[in-house]
Amino acid sequence: MTKLTRRSFSALTLAAGAAAAFPARAADPLKVGFIYVGPVGDFGWSYQHDQGRLAIEQEFGDRVKTSFVESVPEGADAERVITQLARSGHKLIFTTSFGYMEPTLKVAKNFPDVMFEHATGYMRSDNVSTYAARFYEGRYVAGVLAGRLSKTNKVGYIGSIPIPEVIRGINAFTHSARKINPAIEVTPIWVNEWYNPGKEADAAKALIDQGADIILQHTDSPAPVQTAEERGVLCVGQASNMERFGPKSHMTAIVDHWAPYYIARTKAILDGTWASGDVWGGFDSGMVEMSPFNANLPEAVVAEAKAAQQAIHDGKLHPFSGPIKNQAGEITIADGATAPDGDLLGMNWYVEGVNGKVPG
Amino acid sequence: MDLLAPIMISIIAASTPLLFAAIGELVVEKSGVLNLGVEGMMLGGAVIAFIVSVETGNSTLAVVAGAAMGAVMASLFALLTLGLLANQVATGLALTLFGIGLSALLGQGYVGTPLKALPKLSITGLSDIPILGLVLFGQDVLVYLSFLVTGGVAWFLYRTRGGLILRSVGENPQAAHAIGFPVIRIRLFAVLFGGAMAGLGGAYLSLSYTPMWAEEMSAGRGWIALALVVFATWRPGRVVVGAYLFGGLTLAQLHLQGMGSTAIPSQFLNMVPYIATIVVLVLISRDATRIRMNAPASIGKVFHPDG
Repeated sequence: MTKLTRRSFSALTLAAGAAAAFPARAADPLKVGFIYVGPVGDFGWSYQHDQGRLAIEQEFGDRVKTSFVESVPEGADAERVITQLARSGHKLIFTTSFGYMEPTLKVAKNFPDVMFEHATGYMRSDNVSTYAARFYEGRYVAGVLAGRLSKTNKVGYIGSIPIPEVIRGINAFTHSARKINPAIEVTPIWVNEWYNPGKEADAAKALIDQGADIILQHTDSPAPVQTAEERGVLCVGQASNMERFGPKSHMTAIVDHWAPYYIARTKAILDGTWASGDVWGGFDSGMVEMSPFNANLPEAVVAEAKAAQQAIHDGKLHPFSGPIKNQAGEITIADGATAPDGDLLGMNWYVEGVNGKVPG
Repeated sequence: MDLLAPIMISIIAASTPLLFAAIGELVVEKSGVLNLGVEGMMLGGAVIAFIVSVETGNSTLAVVAGAAMGAVMASLFALLTLGLLANQVATGLALTLFGIGLSALLGQGYVGTPLKALPKLSITGLSDIPILGLVLFGQDVLVYLSFLVTGGVAWFLYRTRGGLILRSVGENPQAAHAIGFPVIRIRLFAVLFGGAMAGLGGAYLSLSYTPMWAEEMSAGRGWIALALVVFATWRPGRVVVGAYLFGGLTLAQLHLQGMGSTAIPSQFLNMVPYIATIVVLVLISRDATRIRMNAPASIGKVFHPDG
């Protein structure tokens, strides 16, 4: 007992001295932590983040050790979990939902030597970076498909929670589809959840029953794709390639591809070059991808969609370049102008062609 | 109106899992046991039914396996609460958490695997009747089973000696024990039945409603089922009303949004099924004496023959 006490005591003093004098041993793997809002098995948002985590492990092998906590509600719980990750020696922590913003900043203040990466947020500090993907670029490409392929001119859009991110997607899609076919109307149904397979399927059924022949979703489960397949209408997958759930109906999916960013940021920590920053990457950064287009789609339409994707990738086309009208028919983005990022980040109005009002 | 039939079919799909889980829990609670593990047992049933269906291709076996999984999980609950006299509320909550984790673990290799939905019945002649034909005669077998079970439970509880005994055990286990009824064994059967029904509800989710496995796919339906039992004041008929009201209003609010009803915010519409179901069930069972009559007096209390 005494021996143990003495030994731990001297270890403690030694450690205190050592910590000041030497950096951590090179052999110690870098611990990288992740916190997810949904289960890793949602086959959507959290699933894709976890694919990014696995990519880090693959890339760095023994040099890193990753861990994750899934299904953490946004709010007070998140703060506890993030603190725990920071306390248990994680030097890089990815907090992967908008609602983790405040908790991340709060914890980051207490752990200045831990670096944080917060997804989709807008508040940063010396050790908190933010990153997000321009998914609306993918929505624009999906809009090209819908503009060419809708026969009823009605498109159903399953919305999750009415935040600018989702509204931006609806607008990019609608604007793109109506450039090709001005008769198209887009009807959003809000389920006010990110993940509820049953309710997502119900929303898809309701939209199809009301005449929609194309279904878009901004929720995380493949249930709407499955419903579309069953009812014989077209759809676009969310976050990951959902073609397996709709071999005939799944036109493409807007895929979140976090691996390149996660690998780059982990490398920066290992190299000692990490600095706080903000990244909003689109097709050009590889963060957003379109999954392979369905082989049943007409070749000309796929070619047109691919051309739009390429043009966005090359910076020749901006999904929000004017003229764009709002629901009242007033021009909100002038001819020749493009919406600045600040406006896009706070977008809370619908473009012409969207039915209903922005909730809230 | 050509919208009616598809809407009614969607309502049936949304209500059936709730009905299964709620009617099972009703029997459990009538025997004086409160099992809050419904959500966990549903997920267990969902994942096992899905796995069996994928591996064997036999949907009957899958349904049976789902129910069996629910019962197995319930037996764990029974062991702890009836055998070792653990606190029922805490054990039930633990069962839910356990079910979420266990189903995620078991289902790990099955995320992203598609499955063909349970076949719908098609009775030539009857299913072709406009509107009602498909609604009444074109559902999958689990939907009919849910009604059979509900009718069976109502008949058993109120028309048979066995039901009377079960209810007496829920009212006053000491007295039932004194007359010589095996209180623990009766409660065990009730708990197992409840588990099997929750498992069936789960199987309906992963085989028919959205034929796939995704973690936590029940998304709180187990909790809604629990609430339905209470607000329906432990009456099987009202549980049916509650489950279908909830399913119906969920679909109605989605359709309302789709029709572009701009006056009401969607957040409010999303709330409506919860509020309206509670309000309606409270109204139809507002008689305080009757509530007291229907509520099992010993619910949630640990029973020990010597106590």
